Amino acid sequence: MKKISSFRRHRIAGPILVVAALFTIGTAFGVASALPSAQSTITTGTSTLVSQGKAIFLRGCSSCHGLHAEGGSIAPSLIGVGSAAVDFQVGTGRMPMADMSQQAMQKKPLYNPQETAALAAYVSSLAPGPSAVTNESLTYERDGNSALGGQLFRTNCAMCHNFAGQGGALTNGKYAPSLMGVDPKYIYEAMVTGPQSMPKFTDATITPQEKLSIIKWLQAANHEQNQGGASLGRVGPVTEGLLGWVLGLGLLIGVSVWLAMKAK
Amino acid sequence: MSDHSQVERFQDPGLPEHVHRNADVDPIAAKRAERQVAILFLLSAVGTVLTIVSYVFVKSDKYIYLPVMGSTNVQQLLLGIGLTAATLFIGLGAIQWAKKLMPDQEVIAERHEFRSEDVDRDDLVATFKERGEATGLGRRSLIKRTLGLALGLVGLSPLILLRDTGPLPGKYFDTTDWAAGTRLLLDPAGTPIKASDLEVGAVAQVLPELPAGTERTLENTGKDAVLLIRLHPEDFNLDAQRLSWTYQGIIAFSKICTHMGCAVALYEQQTHHLLCPCHQSTFDVTRAAKVIFGPAARPLPQLAITVNSDGYLVAQQPFTLPIGPSFWERNSSNG
Amino acid sequence: MKTSQKVAGATANYVDERTGAAKWLKKNLTKVFPDHWSFMLGEICLYSFVILLMTGTFLTFWFDPSQREVIYHGSYLPLSGVHMSAAYDSTLHLSFDVRGGLLMRQIHHWAALIFMSAIVAHLFRVFFTGAFRKPREFNWLIGIGLLTFGIVEGFLGYSLPDDLLSGTGIRIAEAILQAIPVVGSYLAFFAFGGPFPGTAFIPRIFIVHVLLLPGLFLALITIHLMLVWYQKHTQYPGPGRTEKNVVGYPLMPVYMAKAGGFFFIVFGITAFLGAVASINPIWLYGPYTPGQISAGSQPDWYMGWLDGLVRMAPPLETHAFGHTISWNILIPGLFIPGIIFTGMALYPFIESWITGDKREHHLLDRPRNAPNRTALGVMSITFMLISLANGGNDIIATHFHLTINAIMWFTRIGLFTVPPIAFVITKRVCLSLQRADRDLVLHGKETGRLVMLPTGEMVEVHEPLSDAKKWTLTQHQQPDALPAPLPASATVGLKGKFRARLNRANATQIPAATLTDLKELGDGHH
Repeated sequence: MKKISSFRRHRIAGPILVVAALFTIGTAFGVASALPSAQSTITTGTSTLVSQGKAIFLRGCSSCHGLHAEGGSIAPSLIGVGSAAVDFQVGTGRMPMADMSQQAMQKKPLYNPQETAALAAYVSSLAPGPSAVTNESLTYERDGNSALGGQLFRTNCAMCHNFAGQGGALTNGKYAPSLMGVDPKYIYEAMVTGPQSMPKFTDATITPQEKLSIIKWLQAANHEQNQGGASLGRVGPVTEGLLGWVLGLGLLIGVSVWLAMKAK
Repeated sequence: MSDHSQVERFQDPGLPEHVHRNADVDPIAAKRAERQVAILFLLSAVGTVLTIVSYVFVKSDKYIYLPVMGSTNVQQLLLGIGLTAATLFIGLGAIQWAKKLMPDQEVIAERHEFRSEDVDRDDLVATFKERGEATGLGRRSLIKRTLGLALGLVGLSPLILLRDTGPLPGKYFDTTDWAAGTRLLLDPAGTPIKASDLEVGAVAQVLPELPAGTERTLENTGKDAVLLIRLHPEDFNLDAQRLSWTYQGIIAFSKICTHMGCAVALYEQQTHHLLCPCHQSTFDVTRAAKVIFGPAARPLPQLAITVNSDGYLVAQQPFTLPIGPSFWERNSSNG
Repeated sequence: MKTSQKVAGATANYVDERTGAAKWLKKNLTKVFPDHWSFMLGEICLYSFVILLMTGTFLTFWFDPSQREVIYHGSYLPLSGVHMSAAYDSTLHLSFDVRGGLLMRQIHHWAALIFMSAIVAHLFRVFFTGAFRKPREFNWLIGIGLLTFGIVEGFLGYSLPDDLLSGTGIRIAEAILQAIPVVGSYLAFFAFGGPFPGTAFIPRIFIVHVLLLPGLFLALITIHLMLVWYQKHTQYPGPGRTEKNVVGYPLMPVYMAKAGGFFFIVFGITAFLGAVASINPIWLYGPYTPGQISAGSQPDWYMGWLDGLVRMAPPLETHAFGHTISWNILIPGLFIPGIIFTGMALYPFIESWITGDKREHHLLDRPRNAPNRTALGVMSITFMLISLANGGNDIIATHFHLTINAIMWFTRIGLFTVPPIAFVITKRVCLSLQRADRDLVLHGKETGRLVMLPTGEMVEVHEPLSDAKKWTLTQHQQPDALPAPLPASATVGLKGKFRARLNRANATQIPAATLTDLKELGDGHH
């Protein structure tokens, strides 16, 4: 006891106390914001799901998308976008958007899967739209053709996402993200809903079976082993040239310097 | 201002004293250097053995995960490392040998004047003049002129022989396979497309239906490729004629960039811009693919479309302008 | 006498009786070569070329230079059943089904990248040290020729597999041809045997790539080396080195060992890259069709600056009298490269016109002692780097979170504003370095040791330079040390006045320290 009371007068006691307080407040805040919201009772009833979704929507989405999801100057209407769009946008963390920049960035999702499903149910209750899918429902291994998928990808997708799905630049700071490691369901939903800059690929223009082929090809591309060494990013000659100069010529100049140095 | 004649410059002190290397004076150091060289050469031999062993015994479908490199084909890697060792160590050995053991006394050699002696030059000129006159070219102008004619003409034959390297372009650039009533087919599926197949914000890559028996080649793809885009009709900012070329918000453009011919299919749904990834030319779909950024100087030609009696999308007429990059004979006054 | 000696003697005798080689060998085995690491850059080019020949020949044993359509049934499953050209198919076969095939492909391509970067590095070394001056102007011209043909050869080489990326590059090349006024569409049809892409182009460029250009290279490289051999290599200034001698090591054994060894090093490092780093993975690109394109499409780096220029070109075309002239293609695609390569080729003659210097030079310049030339070189490099950066603007945008539009505008403006700034800065740096040299000679090297004088003053001890170092820093010939560089007759008229102006600007120097200066300093300095 005496030790603590004598420590109180130590000049470092103050700063330590401040740090401890900050730490406590910060942790408490972090824990509190990570906790699921009070209203998330797990239910299976659709109408409860829809009303739960509406509550979340009003709290977290309506400030941009409007009280009735009708959209406005800063955000588009969500009427008719379907549960697929919600599952994609909310599930990948793109929505809610962190800042009003050009493009919604993929980040850690704010809402857990149950809340996401609730939001999706609410939005799809407003008007019919494409339905969300699950990874299990996409039988691309069985029904997809990888080679066809590659051809479809190169015709419809590579101009934005690059030949190996590594992503690419659009105008004014927008970009098509890398598709490596993306869940098959998000790929499917993105093709169907055309998020932000991406156009829509309706089932008539790319049939569901063709979409499965694209996904199968992408999964293979993601796991594709390198045939010839480190992949250098799979973005083409830019990184190759850089390595040639830095490592290739660099090593050779290093050897030249050694070669011409007088030996001891 | 110093008088140049009085300024004394620093003098060349001559080659520095030669400093002996360890191996020059110390036999133990020399032996060590010899061992180093020997080890390097032996490592090369190991490399060659590794190459041969990898070629014969390693399966070509095995992959290994390595840090930094990621996964890679084992046989390829081992063949390569073996070849690297086989060659690199010979080089390192030879250089180490030269540096440590071979004489490193700097040697001086004299440079010689390149210019020939005056007497040689004069002799050359005289010989040239004398023998030049002996040809008689100076006097015999008939020979000179006819020789010039013959030599000049003989170079033309090989040139004319190259004429058949290709046909004449003719009207090739002015036409595509699109004509009135040609159905739009999805690429690569090859199926026709109805207006209802596209939602607002959707795109489709299409090619024309070719007459029966005609094969699709890369040449016709290179001219016929078209991009179909659907917008809200009110988003268009077109004159009446161009608006009549659209169908219920669906608009069609040649996919071949008017700059240098890459495929322009990167459609930004929200801005209604088309971006060509080659040189970043940007086209505004709402204003008939007008160029708004980048080096392209002409908009993408628009294909007039409508639906036929079965409800499939068809072309109303051929392109009114040559598609693709510019060429001298192109009349670009209308775009 | 040992058997091996007897055999060697008999062989030598056999050859000498028929060729008289002994006399020539005697003279040349003792030839002296100066030794400096920067002299190895040209050797990197030479050895890369040999590696290209060897690996390239290997590849021709399997490569099918035909655009005939085939269906793929090899071991790379993602392309199974896909229609492609025989060229693409045979390259896939080489990569997946021929043991060592991909390794050879990769070594070949890495060797090409190193070949070109070594040529550029070697060009910089020759330029900045003034090695192109008399008597080496012919070699400079050959070098510029090798650089130009190297760029073409590389472009043709990576276009042979007919993949989506290189096919796009060919499409762009065809558009440049097509854009040429009057004859463009004819040239394009003749080159491609008809409309693009046709089936004639790959077989034709194959012959150019494996026969015509390599033959040209062999001839040019041989003359290039013969000139170096005959004129003797230049050397850096230093003690014992004069315009009239060569100081170095003899061909046999030292230079043979070092140069021969270096060949194996170049091979080894290229093989290393081929082993551990993927290059040109054509199976990922897919076969070429004009209806497809990938984001982030670039040519290889040595053409990247051309791509950058084309991207930043303003959309200028002339539409008049029923004809179209595409300045947006002709200017960046033909005129600017034409001016650049012509300017480079003519540079030795331009410089000697400005300086009026008609003497032979075998001692190299230290770049700081030729401030205008060095500044001009840095300015040109800045220009090329800005163009090159714009060639990769989409990759740079995605990786550094910038916009392609901003990069494009920065390079459009920067191309004209940044190089002159680079010139001024470099020139000032060179003059500062000259000043630093002068100070070093006159005052010696700072040692960091402090000494207190009897008067209480603290001074730093300076160590005087060795005689050898003093010589190296002051031996250069300076323009005002020579008799009037330009005769009065050469400075009349507009052209003459321009020449005189440039001559004076070029003569900006810090005077080298002299023995007289040092003596004048006398006591009072440490």
